[in-house]
Amino acid sequence: MQQLANLSDSELNQRLAHEGLGLQVGPYIYKIKTNLPLVAAGISTLYKNFNLAEPEAFIDYNVAILSKGLLQRLRGQSDFLFDSTNPFDSIPTGQAYAFLEWGMNWCVSLHTNEYLKLHAAAVSRGDHAIIMPGVPGAGKSTLCAALGLSGWRILSDEHAMIPPNTTEVVPLCRPVSLKNESIDVVKRFSSSAIFGPVSRETHKGVVAHMKADLHPQSHETKTLQARTMVFPKYAKDETQRLTPRRRTESFILAAYHSFNYSLLCETGFEAMKTLIENVTCYDLVYHDLDWAVNAVDSLSDPEPNP
Amino acid sequence: MSFLLQQLLLHPRRILDLDNAQLNQLISQARSSNLLASLAMELASEHLENQLSPNVTRHFQSALLVHEKQKRDLNYDIEKIRLALDSIGEKLVLLKGAAYLLAELPVGRGRLISDIDIIVPFLRIDPTERALNEVGWESSYVNSYNEYYYRKWGHEIPPLTHLKRGTTLDVHHNILPPTAGPNVDASLLFERLIEVKPGIFTLSQQDMVIHSATHLFHEGEFRHGLRDMWDLDRMLRDFPDQDPSFWKGLVDRARELELLGSLYHGLHYAQRVFGTPLPAGIIEEAENLSRRLRKPFMDFLFLRAFQPDHPQCRQRFTSLALYLLYVRSHFLRMPLYLLLPHLARKAWMRHFDKKDSLENEQNPEAI
Repeated sequence: MQQLANLSDSELNQRLAHEGLGLQVGPYIYKIKTNLPLVAAGISTLYKNFNLAEPEAFIDYNVAILSKGLLQRLRGQSDFLFDSTNPFDSIPTGQAYAFLEWGMNWCVSLHTNEYLKLHAAAVSRGDHAIIMPGVPGAGKSTLCAALGLSGWRILSDEHAMIPPNTTEVVPLCRPVSLKNESIDVVKRFSSSAIFGPVSRETHKGVVAHMKADLHPQSHETKTLQARTMVFPKYAKDETQRLTPRRRTESFILAAYHSFNYSLLCETGFEAMKTLIENVTCYDLVYHDLDWAVNAVDSLSDPEPNP
Repeated sequence: MSFLLQQLLLHPRRILDLDNAQLNQLISQARSSNLLASLAMELASEHLENQLSPNVTRHFQSALLVHEKQKRDLNYDIEKIRLALDSIGEKLVLLKGAAYLLAELPVGRGRLISDIDIIVPFLRIDPTERALNEVGWESSYVNSYNEYYYRKWGHEIPPLTHLKRGTTLDVHHNILPPTAGPNVDASLLFERLIEVKPGIFTLSQQDMVIHSATHLFHEGEFRHGLRDMWDLDRMLRDFPDQDPSFWKGLVDRARELELLGSLYHGLHYAQRVFGTPLPAGIIEEAENLSRRLRKPFMDFLFLRAFQPDHPQCRQRFTSLALYLLYVRSHFLRMPLYLLLPHLARKAWMRHFDKKDSLENEQNPEAI
């Protein structure tokens, strides 16, 4: 399969500006269009090793970030388009890259329901996957980035997708979204982290994305067995700890962190039950990233649940 | 006129002949027209969904799951609303999508809804609103120009949102604003209600069609234009089967409600867009000289508006047509001496007054 890196700059720009760039992202194919050099540069950096979609393939999601017409250019505004319609208000062009990534998340959050989707990061080592649910700000993306930079395979920093009645995770590797201080925290953690364009003054503050496909198997599509669920919480003033957590509470919390648990109704309940019954659950409170990575490393060989 | 989505809604079997690029176009058009679940139901009725690649089918399945979820939530919300209205001795009368789903009509098959619409008599608006407030439905438009506008010139009160569930409820007291040209006597609608479930009512089938057409042809935005047209087509095919006397008196009823113009457009465009079968002579019965003279121009506008908002469906002058229809909707809603100050005020708000315009902004957290 051909990778984006095989395209010359002019070929890449040609595709982005005209027919659209088809990319294989986990089980989905996105077709991306943009006329913004900033966004093209971000894609070229962060999706460099992604596989290109076959020319005749069925496209799941048509997305675009465009600044159209003289007036919009003068105002420095752009639109995110999905299926050629504009689901959101116009955004400042300087934030376009972050909005493309959010928009690509939104496609999965809103339009796919063949999996139970947890709002969670997921990483794997060997066949062993760890699911890390968390509210925004809990530090799941930061931890996910650090694990990715420490030899773990990043499966997703946003959607842990579970086929109902399995304990498997479907890989959906895309750039990791980091916000505010966590950008520098990750840069300090590893100088090898590769970042895309920085978007300032978004509704979430400063946002930058980190290249996530750092593992040789990053783009394999085979599902992985989830054996562990970790609920990370970044807390500056608390004692760092990795403690077992009861399954009942974990069920409720994971359901709360799901995009489509209630939409799937009984299927959702059964899927969550199967998953929770087969994973060991932990709370991870941390403020030092090295400590947190070591703690997760220690879970590679999980002990039975208390 | 012909485009992919329209062809496939009418002839679902043709999906087996489409290549991947066409399938992508089809799903794109259906998703942006809010018709993906409706199309999925048409495919399912011919057992076609399993003959497609799983990569394609999953999009239809996903839309059907959303539809199922909406139906469950709707039943729950409706029961709460029914109890609230019952406490003040008022009947629950559903309009549009909620009515189609609760009445389990064919037009409700795969119908996605974005809010719940109900109608109560004008004089019962205050107690209704209080009763709904008590069970968690509250207006987010408080003390703003938008609220003032709704209450003074609207045919509904500002939308109510449920504090916990986030569902939106539109409480109407009429089907057109009092400032619009036709002077609809809403009490006529209440004379012919149908009880579809114990304590839950819809308009009569004729009134449902007239209301759907009225709503569509007074709208300024056609994001749901094709979906509303599909509603009309489904009703106009189904209702005469259920009740052979459906066509008889339909035109008279619309005339009585002063909504004959809307019905005429509804029938004419249902036939043009979806080939809806109509009894001989009914168009002529609803037509008059002015409608006949305006027809070429109206066709120019509406036949563009009923296409999905999709590049493959954009014709020359689509943007112009949509803009003219937007302007038209304002003229239909109120006379110029009210409209001009209103538009000036809205323009001012958009540029200078953050408080009011913020109400309409989408919540970026939704991304």
